[in-house]
Amino acid sequence: MNYEMPDTTTTAEPSQDTPAEMTDDAAGYYTPGDPLVDAKAPTGPIADRWQDRKFEARLVNPSNRRKLDIIIVGTGPAGASAAATLGEAGYNVKSFCYRDSPRRAHSIAAQGGINAAKNYKEDGDSVHRLFYDTVKGGDYRSRESNVYRPAEVSTNIIDQCVARGVPFAREYGGLLDNRSFGGVQVSRTFYARGQTGQQLLIGAYRALERRVAAGTVETFTRHEMLELIVVDGKARGIIARDMVTGAIETHLADTVVLASGGYGNVFYLSTNAMGCNVTAAWRAHRKGAYMANPCYTQIHPTCIPVSGSHQSKLTLMSESLRNDGRIWVPKNEADCDKDPRDIAEEDRDYYPERIYPSFGNLVPCDIASRAAKHVCDEGRGVGPKVDGVRRGVYLDFAAAIERPGRDGIEEKYDNLPDMYERITGENPYEMPMRIYPAVHYVMGGVWVDYDLMSTIPGLFVTGEANFSDHGANRLGASALMQGPADGYFVLPHTIRDYLADGPFEKVDESHPAVVEARTSVEERINHFLNVNGTRSVDSYHRELGNIMWEYCGMERTEDGLKKAIDLIRTLKDDFWRNVKVLGTNESLNQSLEKAGRVADFIELGELMCIDALNRRESCGGHFRGESQTEDGEALRHDDLFAYVAAWEFAGDGEAPVLHKEELTYTAIEMKQRSYK
Amino acid sequence: MLDVLNEQLNAKGEDPIAFDSDCREGICGMCGLMINGDAHGPEVTTTCQLHMRSFTDGETITIEPWRATAFPVIKDLVVDRSAFDRIIQQGGYISVNTGSAPEAHSVPVPRDDAMRAFSVATCIGCGACVAACPNGSASLFMGAKITHLGELPRGQPERDSRVVNMVAQHDHEGFGGCTNIGECTAACPKEIPLDVISQLNKDLRTALAHGH
Ligand SMILES: Cc1cc2nc3c(=O)[nH]c(=O)nc-3n(C[C@H](O)[C@H](O)[C@H](O)COP(=O)(O)OP(=O)(O)OC[C@H]3O[C@@H](n4cnc5c(N)ncnc54)[C@H](O)[C@@H]3O)c2cc1C
Repeated sequence: MNYEMPDTTTTAEPSQDTPAEMTDDAAGYYTPGDPLVDAKAPTGPIADRWQDRKFEARLVNPSNRRKLDIIIVGTGPAGASAAATLGEAGYNVKSFCYRDSPRRAHSIAAQGGINAAKNYKEDGDSVHRLFYDTVKGGDYRSRESNVYRPAEVSTNIIDQCVARGVPFAREYGGLLDNRSFGGVQVSRTFYARGQTGQQLLIGAYRALERRVAAGTVETFTRHEMLELIVVDGKARGIIARDMVTGAIETHLADTVVLASGGYGNVFYLSTNAMGCNVTAAWRAHRKGAYMANPCYTQIHPTCIPVSGSHQSKLTLMSESLRNDGRIWVPKNEADCDKDPRDIAEEDRDYYPERIYPSFGNLVPCDIASRAAKHVCDEGRGVGPKVDGVRRGVYLDFAAAIERPGRDGIEEKYDNLPDMYERITGENPYEMPMRIYPAVHYVMGGVWVDYDLMSTIPGLFVTGEANFSDHGANRLGASALMQGPADGYFVLPHTIRDYLADGPFEKVDESHPAVVEARTSVEERINHFLNVNGTRSVDSYHRELGNIMWEYCGMERTEDGLKKAIDLIRTLKDDFWRNVKVLGTNESLNQSLEKAGRVADFIELGELMCIDALNRRESCGGHFRGESQTEDGEALRHDDLFAYVAAWEFAGDGEAPVLHKEELTYTAIEMKQRSYK
Repeated sequence: MLDVLNEQLNAKGEDPIAFDSDCREGICGMCGLMINGDAHGPEVTTTCQLHMRSFTDGETITIEPWRATAFPVIKDLVVDRSAFDRIIQQGGYISVNTGSAPEAHSVPVPRDDAMRAFSVATCIGCGACVAACPNGSASLFMGAKITHLGELPRGQPERDSRVVNMVAQHDHEGFGGCTNIGECTAACPKEIPLDVISQLNKDLRTALAHGH
């Protein structure tokens, strides 16, 4: 149940007075490129655009569909829904995932819910309001036309899921229940207790398996895509490794879809599943797909703190806990290792309530996260020291337990206190919980046009892997909306327009571009197995994570980012020369798998820092120390940065090329946030 | 724990131990070990959520992969559970194409039915039930699916064919029969109750009586 926070925009004017020369912190780190335009988005009234595009998109006649091959990488809500739907339409679909079953994509861990503008509560919700909330929540850094679309089809998603047996929560009358998510003023979130992700995903998985039985979808599990095949400028297949036998396989098709999820694990520690990685997207990037806004990262304030250097994963606690808990740290550093119950009231600093008197503990994610970081940086954090610093703050239910009573808390938060106790060994009814922010989601991703096609014709990207819907910050319960929206209702229409030109001439496995892709994969694997260095892959990953978290995490500065870029370059060099990967290619070899992923994370990390360096403004999850108001609030610069930063790969060791796509708003007016 | 062991093995130049694990939150169903003879170890939880606190200091812990004919071992602690996917392919769904769904509120579902459907839909497909069962039966897994879809109005049209086809695939995969031992439900990290198997058997009898 990760509720996310109210988005309470006020109409304060954004500052327009930044001198232009301040904006190019990243000069020398990149090459300016031509502006980028998304030519596919229809103009006209926002509410008509998708209907118009669907109508204009050409059709593929049923007998031709059988002759068209589609590869889909990923079986999360974005990938499984697309595979099922395209399989139903009669195309030949090959579906890939690196887990042992399509049912186990990372999204299975999503707890809170999925937004849809059903307005079942008659509380004033509408497609337009959901659209508006999403653009505003994204801090005006997303593309208007794109955002409207998931809001528009959100209602169909619920219908579709219910028809397929997704057991959403219901009221006594048998109708669907909704909850409000993090103070949004309407109740539009559909949920299945704390398991919305698993239930939505399994719904799509069932539909997918049905098509497997029908013969239009073939699944390749424990298969990892390691390269994209581009022939004559078009995406025509992938090179995948069978993770059990080590066989390097060539899979050819008429079009390729990446639904490969997000890259939050570039930070090593995050709430993402262990296997989440950027490889599919990064390989495509190196072949010509631009990466957009890679620095936009969402950091969630209420996670269980890091407890030691052996930790491999962080756990999210519902943000709703902030509704009843009070956040504090000791006023004096000397009290930090005391039992919190022995610290007198007057020695406690309820800092969110002190700094943000009107929103208090309910300030938005990014603000709550930074405030926690600041008090810990001051040395007033609590919990065990990790690398010399205590990184945790108290979330205290003592007062709340007195008010509605312990039963009230139990009813509201279900198994959360138990989950906390299971992980920490402490009972939150007796001791204040300890929380700390953690990386949770990435808004950045592969650049796509309105049709969800990347800059490589024939390569489509959906779900968390693309950049398109959440701007600089994602609203709670909107990722689970985007994936199925893309896969069930958007991609099947846009991809047919592309496929209407097909079937394309068959590509032969001996085509030089195919051979090149395959050879490069083999060479990379051989390299890893033969370096015989001294350091484990994990140790590099952890070090990269530390650099990213320190300099490209909650607060970013010019100096810090430049330092991070240097550190990452050194790390990269060392990694390729000194990594130790044992075993062989010819069997299940998890450290070999990780080596490839970490190699790509390192390159991504550098690009994220360059992107963050270029964007000398604070927006959504991206906070630049140099761009804040006098009170330390995020300050956007719409005059200079109202663009999507789309990065083109220019070759190893070459500065990436920056293409800017200007953002224009016609249906919504840009405003600045304020929470005091 | 296994991460730490693998770092040590790596440092010594020995091959790390292969094991499955992903979300580390007890929800993806990827992990699964026999720990001192118990599926997922001594507590009602998944392997990834089991803490070393459950053991005494200095204790020797025996870990093995899932044991079942229908789950062949791939390497070390990793097994092949794709038989579960093939069971689902035989009917573990409702046949509705994308785009053809009616308005969600057109068919209300009594809250108790919805709650029951949800409570068994919590199955994470980890396979502990099979590993714990002396017969290597997947009846609890199948029972959970049959009960989930069988509780919902939309699951009715295919109710008979679903159970018949899934059971046939189950037997074909080499899973054993259920003899009501109950180890499955004791090992299940999501506490799926044994009565889903009675439901399975009941649905099967009904389907057969209908001439399937
Ligand atoms: C703890 C947690 C809670 C969350 N709660 C919510 C919530 O309540 N509401 C909400 O809206 N969002 C929530 N989110 C975010 C949301 O779950 C995800 O952003 C979203 O579901 C991503 O879906 P996806 O289909 O794009 O990708 P994923 O589900 O990540 O799927 C990626 C797929 O790609 C495959 N893959 C990746 N790379 C390769 C490769 N190279 N080769 C082969 N296969 C590959 C994987 O096997 C997998 O099948 C939460 C996230 C977390 C971490």
